[in-house]
Amino acid sequence: MEESSGNMRSSEPTAAMKKIFNFKDKPAGKEEEDEDLSDSEESVFSGLEDSGSDSEEDEKESDDNDDEDDDDVTAVESKQPKQTEEEEEKEEVVGGVTEREEEEKKEDEYEHDSSDEEDIRNTVGNIPMEWYKDFPHIGYNLDGKKIFKPIRNKDELDDFLDKMENPDYWRTVHDKQTGSDIVLSDEQVELVNRLQKGQFGDVNFNEYQPSVEFFSSDVMIHPVTNRPADKRSFIPSLIEKEKVSKLVHAIKMGWIKPRRVEDDTRGRFYDLWAGEDSSILGRHKMHLPAPKIPLPGHQESYNPPPEYLFTEEELALWEQQDASDRKLPFVPVKFSSLRQVPAFSRFIHERFERCLDLYLCPRQRKMRVNVNPEDLIPKLPKPKDLQPFPTTQSLVYRGHSGLVRSISVSPSGQWLASGSDDGSVRFWEVCSSRCMKTVQVGGAVKSVAWNPNPSVCLLAVALESVVLILSPSLADRQVVQSSERLLSGQPEADTSDAAGPVIWSDTEGEELNQGIRLKIQHPKAVHQVAWHAKGDYLASVMPDHSSHLQVLIHQLSRRRSQNPFRKNKGLVQCVSFHPVRPYFFVATQRSVRIYNLVKQEMTKKLQANSKWISSMAVHPGGNRLHRVHPHTRSTSTPVPPQHQIHHHTRSTSTPDPPPHQIHLNTRSIFGSSLIM
Amino acid sequence: MGGLQKKKYERGSVTNYITRNKARKKLRLSLPDFRRLCILKGIYPHEPKHKKKVNKGSTAPRTFYLIKDIRFLLHEPIVGKFRDYKVFVRKLKKAYGKTEWSAVERLRENKPTYKLDHIIKERYPSFIDALRDIDDALCMCFLFSTFARTGKCHVQTIQLCRRLTVEWMNYVVAARALRKVFISIKGIYYQAEVMGQLITWLVPYQFSHDHPTDVDYRVMATFTELYTTLLGFINFRLYHSLNLLYPPKLDSKAECELKEENEEDYALNSECYLEKLSALSASLARMVSSAEEEEAQLDQFPDEMSTNLGKREQKEQEAQKKLFDGLKFFLNREVPRESLAFVIRCFGGEVSWDKSVCIGSTYEVTEETITHHIVDRPNASTQYINRYYIQPQWVYDCINAKIVLPVEDYFLGVTLPPHLSPFVEEKEGDYMPPEKVKIMALQRGEKPAQEQEDEEEEDEDEDEEEEEDDNDDEEEDEEEDEEESEEKNLKKMEKQRSQVKVTPGKMKVENPERLEQEEKAEEKRLAIMMMKKKEKYLYDKIMFGKKRKIREANKLTAKRKAHDDAEKANKKKTRK
Repeated sequence: MEESSGNMRSSEPTAAMKKIFNFKDKPAGKEEEDEDLSDSEESVFSGLEDSGSDSEEDEKESDDNDDEDDDDVTAVESKQPKQTEEEEEKEEVVGGVTEREEEEKKEDEYEHDSSDEEDIRNTVGNIPMEWYKDFPHIGYNLDGKKIFKPIRNKDELDDFLDKMENPDYWRTVHDKQTGSDIVLSDEQVELVNRLQKGQFGDVNFNEYQPSVEFFSSDVMIHPVTNRPADKRSFIPSLIEKEKVSKLVHAIKMGWIKPRRVEDDTRGRFYDLWAGEDSSILGRHKMHLPAPKIPLPGHQESYNPPPEYLFTEEELALWEQQDASDRKLPFVPVKFSSLRQVPAFSRFIHERFERCLDLYLCPRQRKMRVNVNPEDLIPKLPKPKDLQPFPTTQSLVYRGHSGLVRSISVSPSGQWLASGSDDGSVRFWEVCSSRCMKTVQVGGAVKSVAWNPNPSVCLLAVALESVVLILSPSLADRQVVQSSERLLSGQPEADTSDAAGPVIWSDTEGEELNQGIRLKIQHPKAVHQVAWHAKGDYLASVMPDHSSHLQVLIHQLSRRRSQNPFRKNKGLVQCVSFHPVRPYFFVATQRSVRIYNLVKQEMTKKLQANSKWISSMAVHPGGNRLHRVHPHTRSTSTPVPPQHQIHHHTRSTSTPDPPPHQIHLNTRSIFGSSLIM
Repeated sequence: MGGLQKKKYERGSVTNYITRNKARKKLRLSLPDFRRLCILKGIYPHEPKHKKKVNKGSTAPRTFYLIKDIRFLLHEPIVGKFRDYKVFVRKLKKAYGKTEWSAVERLRENKPTYKLDHIIKERYPSFIDALRDIDDALCMCFLFSTFARTGKCHVQTIQLCRRLTVEWMNYVVAARALRKVFISIKGIYYQAEVMGQLITWLVPYQFSHDHPTDVDYRVMATFTELYTTLLGFINFRLYHSLNLLYPPKLDSKAECELKEENEEDYALNSECYLEKLSALSASLARMVSSAEEEEAQLDQFPDEMSTNLGKREQKEQEAQKKLFDGLKFFLNREVPRESLAFVIRCFGGEVSWDKSVCIGSTYEVTEETITHHIVDRPNASTQYINRYYIQPQWVYDCINAKIVLPVEDYFLGVTLPPHLSPFVEEKEGDYMPPEKVKIMALQRGEKPAQEQEDEEEEDEDEDEEEEEDDNDDEEEDEEEDEEESEEKNLKKMEKQRSQVKVTPGKMKVENPERLEQEEKAEEKRLAIMMMKKKEKYLYDKIMFGKKRKIREANKLTAKRKAHDDAEKANKKKTRK
């Protein structure tokens, strides 16, 4: 049966179904069944169709039972007796069953006794049969005689043949107890089928009987059992008593607190600020409320104006940027209707970040000044209003035929001297523009300087490598005389060695007539001359990169010259004397050095922020220095930019400039300030 | 030269600050507990002016608290409760470990709880202080009330948040305090004016949240704990200020009306009342009958302070409060019901919806007095004649514009005009979208001309501007021309030198205005040069900011123009 069931399982379910149907047909007759089965083409039944060997086997077994030494040949010989034998066996089985049924009918007291189910042909009982493995017998029958094992000479080939030929092979079961093969009857097969299907074994059993509710919801009058109540149900429990006493003790000792009154105060509110006292806590004064979240702009709208949407470049930029650099933390999106707006994925994040800000960020009160930028600009007077300042041209001094290189006003303010490239020095009356005198000096004049001492009337003229001292005699006699006296001072004996390259000489003839009194011959071209305030000393500048002989100081009264500097500190642009104090200013390209003439040392070095200082002037009061720097290297005609002139006008015109000017372009020296 | 040697870091600003860890140790609290305490008490770190000095010479990044704050925390009774809770947890764990279920039950019954009432009172000594700080509380409660019961926080918290937000919305409706609404991509912003305070809150859209993993829900829960308490007390006070019952009760009349419906279908009995409240369709019960109150409202004392301008503003506000008075809305099922119902009710409109959408609908679709039907789909299947079918944006735009806008732009299937933020107040020089200009014109009472005319006008304006630009250009051009002509003249002169010829001179045209401007600019430049370094820096910064603003505004206008041009071109194409 095991094998057959295995077959069944391996076959297709439909086939299995068919088989079941076939089982129902079986009682019709063996032959028919065979035919039927052979008719059906399905391979599944191939094992069932040819089951001829089964009978052989049975026969063999029976033979074996009869005598063990029988040959195979005899077994193969005849089929008839086997058949009959088989039938007999069946009858026996059937007979056995009927006998048993009869017995059951007789003896009802064994209704619940299951011992009849035991196979009584072998009396060894329900033991593992392998214990008899090594014996020739398999057990004992009722009479106590040995039941011998059939001689098992069936090999696999026999088995296979049996399977192929015997039509009853599928219903043949090997009985281990007796060691014989049993062919199951139709009823038995059906019983097996029912059990396999999970049905009740008895065909007549009705599974769907109406149920009788023994334990219903209705209260019955009578108890289910008739058992009397226990004694313990009348007596108080000792264990419980013990427990209760323990609890009572615990409560007495305060170990167990009585159950708290259930009050959900969380959701119960009242007027918290009813007794509102105006006295604010001291702490509260210091409290900084957290700044509110900035309100959303047009970009955040679900349907923003089109200009707020990102273009492709902006989007690419946004994606590239780090999250902290982004101007907007989100990309503006446009939805055509409200129902299309999805949930904002970072909503919880943003709320969480706000929470973090609230309790983790230090707060600070920042004073945000709301300044109007226009208020920051200082109110300056208009250049127009900065009088005195030449606004209109009043006089033109005409007469020079070449470029005018230098002019100088006499200390009295009456005369103006001008030097020009045409080789002449002209003296003009300032107020009338009348040319009083023309002196031909025979060379392009580089610089003229009027002696600042009002008691003398002298003019220094620099041309080429000569400095001329002119006495224009444009003053009253006393002044002219005093100037003559100054010039007539005799040179100290043999000082020419010290002066070295400088040659002092008086003029004669025509030059003398014109008013040229002294000629100071320099080794190099002189660019500038400057007087000391007292009018006795004169400084001349010979710009030269290589030599230390760039500045010479001449003393008129002694006709003496000296070189004050031993070292070349850069290309000297111009020099100047302080009008009151003994200071000497030397301007090189980048800086102005100030020397103390008494102590004979450098007092200060002023660094200009310009690239090129071309000239400078000291305020007549003596507390401001002034320098001009052109942007071009052409120093011959220095034209400073306009706004720098403005600076100068500004600084020279206001005696007390506002502090910001000091900050910008003044330096304080010697307690007074110099405008740079 | 006597005395003790002065030790470093024992005086000065060091003594005012304490690091977080030290503070924690001083309070004997774990870090989460300390964090919770700081959140509840509103203690935040301080940044010392000289960090290195305070940090005892080290430059390690540290958080500093004011030592005064920490001392203040030492006396907080809640600290003791935290410790109790810790003990409770320990005991509970032990009981679980020993499987002593009765002990577990007993412990659970005696779970230590704490109240935050005194903290609220202490942090906000006056009611106005509390109102001022309510923005975050509202945002948080609205967020938590939308959470699903997924275990991110206690269910009770969610329910409490929902209850409080519903109460708040009901108050705003009753007080008609809403001022502005803005539909953003994040959610819907509302701004209400309560007792002179502007309160803004953000409500997320009604979707389930995708809970992020990198968010510490404990922190948020602590905040919510505080905020729910605060909001509850504020609600109580506000309700009483309006003579409303707290906890809110529906008007008896309204309640009767709502009773008729079959509530059991919709929600459990316990939840039903809250749901009805949250429907926002019925008015609330008052402590005194409403008629008396009306009378009380009538005799107002004339404010001494109110000037003409103030009066006008007040009038405007009154008008805005009655914006939707007499209008009857019906909400289709696809529109956000809660938001729209809230907003419409805030401005005096009546609102209803389909019965199956939510409890509390007051009338049916078939009602004939409905004036506006709000639909958010391309077309409505059945249309009734005597009502407008509009898109929801109309309601919001009306509120922000403070007038009932023409409905034409908001019909179904029409491309909506942009929804502008009402919170942006353009100053001079800022960019203003043309839609805003249009709305402002409408507010002034100007009749909207035909769109095309508008466009033409705009075009003209633009043309004028362009012309001005052109003029400038031309002037520059002229100058260039002059220069060029001079050069040409020179060349000509050179040519003509050989054949001596006198050409008539050209008068140089001087533009006096331009000269004056130049002069002024020059003066300004000089004055700027004369500025102090510090002021100059500030000035430069301000000017830079201004320039950037202008640049941005220009960029926006250019973008808009390009967009409009493209649209026009498209239109023309389609017409052809």
